[in-house]
Parts: sequence; structure tokens; C-alpha cells
Amino acid sequence: MTTPLLSLQGLTKAYPGVVANDQVSFDIGEGEVHALLGENGAGKSTLVKMIYGLVKPDSGTMLLRGQNFAPPEPRAARSDGIAMVFQHFSLFDALNVAENIALGMENPPPMGDLASRIREVSETYGLPLDPYRTVGDLSAGERQRVEIIRCLLQDPKLLIMDEPTSVLTPQEVNILFETLNKLRSEGTSILYISHKLEEIRTLCDHATILRLGKNVGECIPAETSARDMAEMMVGSTLQTPERSGRDFGEVALDVSGLSVPSPSEFGTALRNVHLTVRKGEVLGIGGVAGNGQDELLGVLSGEIQTPADAIKFNGQAIGMLGPTARRKIGVLTAPEERLGHAAAPDMSLTENALLTGSVREGLESSGFLKWNETKQFAEKIIDAFDVRTPGPENAARSLSGGNLQKFVIGREVLQNPDVLVVNQPTWGVDAAAAASIRQAILDLAAKGTAVVCISQDLDELMEISDSFAALNEGRLSAPREATGLTVDEIGLMMGGAHGMEVAHV
Amino acid sequence: MDLGEINPILLVASLMVAATPLLLAAIGELVVEKAGVLNLGVEGMMIVGAISGFAISVETGSPWLGFIAAAIGGAVLSLLFVLLTQFALANQVASGLALTLFGLGFSALMGQRYVGIKPPSMGDVHIPLLSDIPVIGPILFQHDPILYVGIAIIAAVWATLKYTRVGLILRAVGENHDAAHALGYKVIKIRIIAILFGGACAGLGGAYISLIRVPQWTEGMTAGVGWIALALVVFASWKPWRVLLGAYLFGGITVLQLNLQAAGVAIPVEYLAMSPYIITILVLVILSADKSRAPASLGRTFHASH
Repeated sequence: MTTPLLSLQGLTKAYPGVVANDQVSFDIGEGEVHALLGENGAGKSTLVKMIYGLVKPDSGTMLLRGQNFAPPEPRAARSDGIAMVFQHFSLFDALNVAENIALGMENPPPMGDLASRIREVSETYGLPLDPYRTVGDLSAGERQRVEIIRCLLQDPKLLIMDEPTSVLTPQEVNILFETLNKLRSEGTSILYISHKLEEIRTLCDHATILRLGKNVGECIPAETSARDMAEMMVGSTLQTPERSGRDFGEVALDVSGLSVPSPSEFGTALRNVHLTVRKGEVLGIGGVAGNGQDELLGVLSGEIQTPADAIKFNGQAIGMLGPTARRKIGVLTAPEERLGHAAAPDMSLTENALLTGSVREGLESSGFLKWNETKQFAEKIIDAFDVRTPGPENAARSLSGGNLQKFVIGREVLQNPDVLVVNQPTWGVDAAAAASIRQAILDLAAKGTAVVCISQDLDELMEISDSFAALNEGRLSAPREATGLTVDEIGLMMGGAHGMEVAHV
Repeated sequence: MDLGEINPILLVASLMVAATPLLLAAIGELVVEKAGVLNLGVEGMMIVGAISGFAISVETGSPWLGFIAAAIGGAVLSLLFVLLTQFALANQVASGLALTLFGLGFSALMGQRYVGIKPPSMGDVHIPLLSDIPVIGPILFQHDPILYVGIAIIAAVWATLKYTRVGLILRAVGENHDAAHALGYKVIKIRIIAILFGGACAGLGGAYISLIRVPQWTEGMTAGVGWIALALVVFASWKPWRVLLGAYLFGGITVLQLNLQAAGVAIPVEYLAMSPYIITILVLVILSADKSRAPASLGRTFHASH
């Protein structure tokens, strides 16, 4: 066997209270697309940060083409041919594309030359980009191109991609995969981090699975089922959310002809939105972020008020009601942004439980708060949804994203809503927790609640929705029966690839 | 009232002098804010620069050494801000206010022996040929050297931010410190250098008041110029040449209203005295109606967490 491009041997990194990586070893071959799989907190990010020189390992060695490799900083890693596309884009909104790319290079050529090289490389790889556009104006897919081209300009030997598809439409994912396949055929190795198993099965040659910082197994993705990989990640049998009957009652929520300007300068106005949700039905709303999801949630929660008749709950016009009045009659919402919207970061879980639960759970009387009952309510959420925290007195900020998400969803679910609207219920949540949140939503629907689930995760929507609609630039497509929809049809409902050309490579 | 007493050539020449302290302090703060740091201690650093420069030039007899000492004095005080905000991760607004209060008090203490003394004068540069041109000569080419240094700093900051890699990195750090860190740039180091530069410029601006504009030492003699400089940076939309424009506008109206007062115009003195502030703010508000905005990381504390 030939020398692998990069060989990791016994890498260990500990932080106070947690071992992020424990004796991790694996090899990445030349021209191989290697997947790194694992749940949140499994240590994937720490591992790639060590390869990229952002974090120093406590022990263990790395060999790059047989030579000892220990980059003290990203600069050194870059000059050895390691490039990285970050999960949360590491771009500068106020700067233009060329400036952003120059910042990620060691010895950038003068701006004029750089701009023409950007054009050249971006066309070669089917990722057209204008070097002089300001990055803040670009779509998520285009921003990712900037990052990828920044890497490609350095002729990397190893390209690290951290969750690259989480913000892309299906069509954009196809473009990306074509680019990655072209790179592989040119001999570039790719370390691909994701928890989307189907993607890994189509793209990757080899997979390493991490759990709690340890390497728990390797597999050839094309020959392993997604379910087996998921169970290796989780370390136990995975519960697929299930529901019994799909009997729908009367229409619970009825939105008709709703047009609202966005409250924020960069938001998307809603245009003539129609939707109905029956009792016991789950309506999934897909679409790329920024197409009116936040506005739709705001309209349904009562944060944005509308003409009274535009929104009806059990036939009653509620468009003019604010959030508290809507909670009172049973219309509850859980927004996307956990810290700052769904929960107040520096307040305790008890206080956060009070914030949305006071009306329905009767947690106050004549203006005084009932702290004992509130605490019990918070503890009930923590127990029922397996929120991992020392206790309800801890600040919301101290919880990991997944745990806080379980808390904010559980808080609404336990209030027995008649209508529940959730936005991105499992964003950044690991597979096991996501499954339990989805199960809770389905259980709620089975009891007769009308659920609107706004999400960008199409697999999730397909799993739980009875009907599916897509938001595109503030317009909602006509809802369709979810069973039997194909990815292509969904992509078309989402508005295609948003003006992006398909790569011709 | 005799408006004829106002000499337009002298007026323009003296507006440049009046504007220079503001210009120096504001261009320093612009660099600091471009790096994503909000240092409200400009007034404090100016007054410490004013007394450091004054004391050293009186003791050594050299205004040049005085200005160097002023720059060092301002930078040393800004080091305190560095310590508080970049290492102790203290709130930048509170730290900046503390810096101003501390600087005002400390300068009064340092300056007790220097009240009523006249500093050595710097003398003007007479650029041969150019300074002999009628009208333009006395306006543009017969000033003290520090005034030209100030304009040179503006030009240098503009060119650095726009054309150099150092400038690009500085803007990147101010725009998104997490991303800059992820790319391997030393956020803290870059910010420290920017803060020290801001302190040195504020110190120079302060010394310009005590050594050239007034020239003598009195307690609290910067009289709010540091605050105007802070506002000027915002209204100038973080653009160096607009800082120059705003400073000259402010300086010009300050000088003009003094001249009008001397000429006995029948407007209450209070209105004249407030006019520079109002007009400068109005003009800059109109100018800042374009879409340029503050560096996105401005005022946010950076902590490298892995």
C-alpha cells in the first residue's frame, strides 16, 4: 500500500472537563474523499482544527506524506497544502470577493491579477463568481463558492469541508458534488465532515466514525446502509419517529391572502400566502433560509400583526392578536434562534419556562409569580425531554445547542397547544435528540394538534410532514401531499437553484 | 460691527490650525474603530498627551521632543485600555470612560508645576517659492510642521487601508474577528497595535493644543475635542478624507464664530459658540447618508475560544 497523504496517529486533545479527542487514528489516501462522521460534540471540529493548526494536540502525531506534520498555526498548514471550508462561513461581509480571498492566501498576487485568476478558476470548476461583488450581498451558495475558491487558488492537497451542504438547496448540492468529484479526479484529497448520511454514501470513498472523541469504526459508505452508519454514530439502535393513524380533523389554522412587509431591512416580505392546517396534520414548509421563514413565524406567533381576517384559528379571526393573547387560546410557537428569541440567554431555565408558560400554565396570579409551580414546570420539561443540565436554575446560555433546543420545544409541547408552529426544530441537534424532538412533534399531532414545521432540512420534513409547501422569496407554493414527492419536485417548489447555473464540468 | 476686519486669508490659515488637534485625534480613533475597538478614552489620551508634550518641551526646550513625548504619553495611557479590554476582557465603553476620567485627573496632577509657563515655540515652515505665492502661500505653505504631519497621517491611513495587505487585515479584524482568527490572524496583536496608534495620535492632538494652538497649560484644556473626534469618526463613515473635511469644517466655523464675536455681530455669543458643533453635525449627517456602515465587530470583545 502506498503512503497515505495524511496519517493521524493517536491524536488526543483534552479540555477542562471533557476529552474532545481520545487516541484518534486514521489515514486519508491520495485522491480520496474521506468522510468524518459523528454527532454534535463527538470531536469532529476539534480534530480538523488540529489538522488545520488552530488547536495543538496534547499528544499523538500527524504524518503528511510520511513527513512529520505539526502546524503551529493555520498559515503553516496552508503552506503545506491543507485548505479548509468552514462550517460557519469565515467571510467578511463588508469586503468584496477578491479581498476575502486575498485574506485567506499566504502571498496573494496584486488585486487585478487575483481577480482574473478568481474568474478563471471559478469557471473551470463550474462555480461562477464576480470578484468585485460585496460578500454581504451574496446568497449562501455563492458565499460557499467564495470559500471553496479561496481554497482552490492555493492548489490544496487536502481540502477539509465542515458541513458544507447544510445551507444549500438540492440543486446547489449537486453543483458542489460535481466540483468535488472533479477535484478528486485531479488527485486532491477531501476530508468531508457531515452528518447527512445519504450525502456521504453518494460522495465518499471511506468513512471514519467518531463518538465521544473516540474512533469507533470505519466503513465504506457505498456498501453500508445509512441506518448502520447512524447507529455507529449514536452507539445504540436509532428510533425512527413513528406515528399511528393520519386522521385529520377540521381546519385549525387558516391563513389566506396574507401579504406583510418585513420588519427588518434585509428581510423578505410575505406575498399572498395561503395555507390551511387541519387538526392532527403536520404541514412542512421548506425553502432556503431568508425566503420569509422568520416573517412567517412572526406572523403566526403574533409578533407581526396583520389584518384580523388574514389568520383564522378555528374560524376565529386572530390576525390582530399579540403573542400572549394567541398563547392563551392555544396557538404556540417556537422560533429558530434559540439564544435571544426562543430563550433569554442569561436567564435561568425556570425563568425561561415562565416566559412563555405563564399564561397557559397559570404561573402567575394578580401580577405575582408562582416560583414553585414554575420550577416544577421547568423540571417537568427537563425530565420529559431528557434535557441534560444540572438543574433548572442554570442559565439558558450554559446549555449546549441541542439541549436548549429540546428545552424550548418541550416547553411548548407540554403546554398542549392546539396549533404549534416551529421553525428549524432540530437545527444543530444531534441525530438522537433530533429523533426525539420529531417524535414529540408527531405525538402531539397524533393527539390532534395542528403543526406547522418550518425547516431547511428536507429529510426531516419528508419524515414528519403530511403535506409539504415551499417558501420562495416570500411566496408559499401550494401545499402538496408529502408522500411520493421526489427531490427534484421539491427543488422546483423551492425555486430551483436560485438563479445559479448548473455546473458544466 | 465691522465684517471688513475679518481677513479671509488669516481666517483660512487659522482654521487649519484650529482643526488639527481634532483631525489627529479622529484619524487615530478611526484606525482603532476599523480594527473593531471602540475606545471612548480619546479625551483622556489627548489631555495626557497635552501635558506630557508640554512638560517635556519646557524641560528640554525642544518642541519636537515634546511632540514625541506626547505621542508616547497618549500611547502609554492607551496601554491601560489594552490591558483592560484585550486581556481582562472588560467592557470597552466603561473602560474608555474610565480612561477619560483618569486622564483628566492625572494630567491635572502632572501639570501643577506648569501652569502659567510659556512653552518653546516651534516656528513655522516656510517652504521656499511656494510660501511666497500670494494668497495661497500664507494659507497653505506657512504653517508649523505638525499640521503637515497631520495631513500626511490622513493620507497614509487612507492609502494603507485601501491599498495594502496590512490595511486589509486590519479591516478584516474589525469586520469579523472570529473569521479573522479562524484564518490565522492575530486579532489581539493587531488590535493592540491599532489602539496604541490611536493613543499616539490622540496624544499628538493634545500636544498640538498645549504647544501650538493656545500655547500654554491649563487643566482640562482639551475641552471636549476628544468627544467631537469620536463623533466625527462616526459621521465621517469611517473614511479618512471625510475626517479631514469634517475637522476643517469644524475648525473653520470655530474660527469664524470667534471672528464674528470680535467683529461684534448682533447674535448672542451662546449661539455663535454652539454653531460649530451644530453645523458640523448637520453636514456630516447629510454626508453619512450613504450606505457605508460601522465595522461589524465594533465594540465586541474578542475571546479566542476553541
